Amino acid sequence: MYEIITHSEAETISFGARLAGLLKAGDVLVLEGDLGAGKTTLTKGLAQGLGVTRTVNSPTFTIIKEYQGRLPLYHMDVYRIDEDEELGFEEYFQGDGVTVVEWGSRIAALLPEERLRISMERLGERERRIRLVPEGGRFVELCKELRK
Amino acid sequence: MAGFGRDRGDRGPGLVGALLVGISAAKALALAKNLPLVGVNHIAGHIYANRLVTELKFPLIALIVSGGHTELVHMPAHGVYRVIGETRDDAAGEAFDKVARVLGLLYPGGPEVDRLAAQAEAPVEFPRAWLEEDSYDFSFSGLKSAVMNYVHNAEQRGEIVNKADVAAGFQESVIDVLTEKAMRAVDAFAAKQLLVAGGVAANKGLRKRMEAAARERGVELVIPPLYLCTDNAAMIAAAGTIDFLMGKRADLSMNAHPGLSL
Repeated sequence: MYEIITHSEAETISFGARLAGLLKAGDVLVLEGDLGAGKTTLTKGLAQGLGVTRTVNSPTFTIIKEYQGRLPLYHMDVYRIDEDEELGFEEYFQGDGVTVVEWGSRIAALLPEERLRISMERLGERERRIRLVPEGGRFVELCKELRK
Repeated sequence: MAGFGRDRGDRGPGLVGALLVGISAAKALALAKNLPLVGVNHIAGHIYANRLVTELKFPLIALIVSGGHTELVHMPAHGVYRVIGETRDDAAGEAFDKVARVLGLLYPGGPEVDRLAAQAEAPVEFPRAWLEEDSYDFSFSGLKSAVMNYVHNAEQRGEIVNKADVAAGFQESVIDVLTEKAMRAVDAFAAKQLLVAGGVAANKGLRKRMEAAARERGVELVIPPLYLCTDNAAMIAAAGTIDFLMGKRADLSMNAHPGLSL
């Protein structure tokens, strides 16, 4: 488990970039948090850390966006999706890049067993609590790395 | 599709599963009826939807505003696209949808926000995200947060939120930015036409403001009727015709490109 409190968008992005340095191909991150909690902002940080140069914007309507960094980054938002919709998610999860799924709990049954759950909570207008809960050995190790 | 003597498939950008369904259908038809195959960019489709309404004049500026996209595109000629600005976070249509949710309005929220805004008597003042002085980019997530903070703070103080005033304030902020940047682009590129496409083009407040601003500048404003604003097949056909006439062809190995740019 790992927790951090950020006090601005810039800090959230900075944390995302730091976390990105520890990610590998096939990693799946599940992002939870209310509207406006900063899920896409954190993803911008991840993208920055992965060396993605294109603008990372919200996938709420487009569902999945693909970016290229040192690894491919697949950014999904399944808020508008039913669990039984066939959208080929498994191929992304098993693939060659890092997959970030906003509102991932909505497709819990389709997610791989090993994943990193990240919850973001609004503490104030700019403050956020970001909590990482690892599921699977790989992410337990990752959280240990973060705590160093 | 076959009636035009050619087959068009929307090859991107978009959801890869959906793109593949369309591409497979187009390929099957092309193969079965021995027709040429043309791959079309979805955003180009939105732009060329306007051609179903009136002939395009170049140079033009196109503002694509939907749930999934917010882009300003400069077209010096047919089939030539330069994206000069895009959203850095939420698309305009998405901002409408999320604000509607915050206000407890039913889906789809955009038209509801538009309707409520017209009834407002004292619109709430929300910030506009102008970004850097010469930027044509957009940003709506700060506005979304401002609306959320306003509503939450009011609720915490036990005050009743006037939804029409919030809707109007939000909408005005979006419209101000969309209009200013689109018109600045029209001036900068000496555009003969300003096209507005995508679902948000249906917003009455936006149309009214764009019409006034365009009239003031003497630029022709083209906004398609609602059924052509939202995703449809006719717009792909319209864009595909241009590609076809320019000699562009795809072969049967054409694939889906979820991140395809113009």
